[in-house]
Amino acid sequence: MKLAIGNSRDFWSGVMFAAAGSLFTGIAVTYKLGTAARMGPGYFPFYLGLLLTVLGIAIAVVSLKGEGPSGDTFHWAPLFWVLASIALFGVMLKLTGVLFAGMALVIGSSLGSGEFKLREVLWLALGLTVFCAAVFVGGLKLPIPMCPGFEAFEQFRLCRI
Amino acid sequence: MELFGNLGLGFSVALAGTNILYCLVGVILGTLIGVLPGIGPVATIAMLLPATFVLPPVSALIMLAGIYYGAQYGGSTTAILVNLPGEVSSVVTCLDGYQMARQGNAGKALAIAALGSFFAGSVATFLIAAFAPPLAELALKFGPADYFSLMVLGLIAAVVLAHGSLIKAVAMIVLGLLIGLIGTDVNSGVARYTFGMPELIDGVGIGPIAMGVFGFGEIIRNLDAGGTKREIFTRRVTGLMPTWSDVKQATPAIIRGTMLGSFLGILPGGGPVLGSFSAYTLEKKLSKDPSRFGKGAIEGVAAPESANNAAAQTSFIPLLTLGIPSNPVMALMIGAMIIHGIQPGPQIMTANPELFWGMIASMWVGNLLLVVLNLPMIGIWVKLLTVPYRFLYPAILIFCCIGVYSISNAWMDVLLAAGFGFVGYLFGKLDCEAAPLLLGFVLGPMMEENLRRALLLSRGDPAVFVTRPISATLLVLSVALVAIVLAPAVRRKREEAFVEES
Repeated sequence: MKLAIGNSRDFWSGVMFAAAGSLFTGIAVTYKLGTAARMGPGYFPFYLGLLLTVLGIAIAVVSLKGEGPSGDTFHWAPLFWVLASIALFGVMLKLTGVLFAGMALVIGSSLGSGEFKLREVLWLALGLTVFCAAVFVGGLKLPIPMCPGFEAFEQFRLCRI
Repeated sequence: MELFGNLGLGFSVALAGTNILYCLVGVILGTLIGVLPGIGPVATIAMLLPATFVLPPVSALIMLAGIYYGAQYGGSTTAILVNLPGEVSSVVTCLDGYQMARQGNAGKALAIAALGSFFAGSVATFLIAAFAPPLAELALKFGPADYFSLMVLGLIAAVVLAHGSLIKAVAMIVLGLLIGLIGTDVNSGVARYTFGMPELIDGVGIGPIAMGVFGFGEIIRNLDAGGTKREIFTRRVTGLMPTWSDVKQATPAIIRGTMLGSFLGILPGGGPVLGSFSAYTLEKKLSKDPSRFGKGAIEGVAAPESANNAAAQTSFIPLLTLGIPSNPVMALMIGAMIIHGIQPGPQIMTANPELFWGMIASMWVGNLLLVVLNLPMIGIWVKLLTVPYRFLYPAILIFCCIGVYSISNAWMDVLLAAGFGFVGYLFGKLDCEAAPLLLGFVLGPMMEENLRRALLLSRGDPAVFVTRPISATLLVLSVALVAIVLAPAVRRKREEAFVEES
């Protein structure tokens, strides 16, 4: 994704701030605004959002004539693999326990490095997951499930930590 | 001599069996993550917060503080041996430290960095002990309007010290303030910006934000920079002991660095990064032969390393006396205190004296441990740096994910962190510095609360901010800061400083 408007980094950050500001202000009007002496829940966010919008527009406008650094390329592959595996870990953790979720996270995120070697990654996943399970669940007793919550797994001693 | 009595109490706490152990764990972990580029104290402390639930509050805070100043030591090792800053605050150490290493003086550079840091740490510990009590007393006189103005000053200072464009830093702060408002409004009970999700009723946790923006975003950025090639000094590091003439050359630099760093650390918004940058610039200005800098000048290592360590420690002063964080790590420390049921602010000193003085004394103990441990352990750190990044980052990810989940046992937090990871990556691509955002995030609810109270007391009259002497002074300082930064001469200098050294 190449961006090419003026100083595009500044331009797009301006757009981002303005959009976020308008969103916050837009929602704030649905709350009670109140007065300065008796502020409602919408008062502070309403004005902050307005301020952010103005700042964003200013940044974008100034950038149009500037000659700063141009936009940088987005690398979608590492972005996708890392974030998707984190999200997957979040969803899996309660359902399948740390052993499976951890393996999925390590293997999935490794796909983003561009130098994926299956054997290496499998060993890494196994080692890291067992280490984390031992230290955090076994040792520090954080309330994280070890194994999937199915009955079939409850016969394993390991799962009853 | 109340000071010595207090320090005595502190040392009795810090030297108690388990506390010294946690201090040791903290400084070793800190050094470890300081050595490794791509993971900093913010992500590490956020990651370890849940693991400290089981500890008594004093031990937990001693350990977390150890991670922070330990990281300043570790960062210098990487800078000197690999020419990569392990931490942002050691960027300038690369310039002369690496050159010294290339000339065969790696040992000397490491030793001077460690000794300078130790000296700075000791002075800073003493400064905290001496200045925190009177400041806390002053803080008790603060009303809501004064607190609000103080936060304004802190946020403005954070903007001034941000690297890039000023206006973008202001926008990042405002965005942070707004994100901080997500969740239930304490006064009316209205759930704001939750989009109907019950998980957001208590607001966005600091864990997901810190981890997402500083941890995940950073990892993805490192990955798209490609496998960074590192030239590592695998030759044995020898000649640790600096000669007498080295010491004579470095001592004034260490003292100046310590002073400058201590002062900049106290400023809200200041911290190690600014300390090391300014100390380096100062040495270069004062030197009879500035051309030696960048070619292995020992002062170029001694001054910034002392400054960043001093600043890392004095930045605890605003946290412990006013309850206001001066940088993202301190914001996390506030989180840690609240988790352990301690309300940060001026009353800590009287309500929890053993915690307050124990933490301060532990900083000196920790610095001593660092000097003793660091020099012999350099071999291990060097070996660690040869681990390829493709093995390192999945490890960091899994620790972070477990950490972020365990803060409140919420899988939603892991998804939120992933979302903030995207935002963090985007910020990096758009040259928006993330530190002001995190500060704004922490201060958001406090600012709203104090603004509300101040205006409620004054019946809506905004003049209260200029008629109260403390508040007025703070606001004048803020305006002065802005004016100084916007002055054309300073502005050019500031831009030069950041361009030259980044």
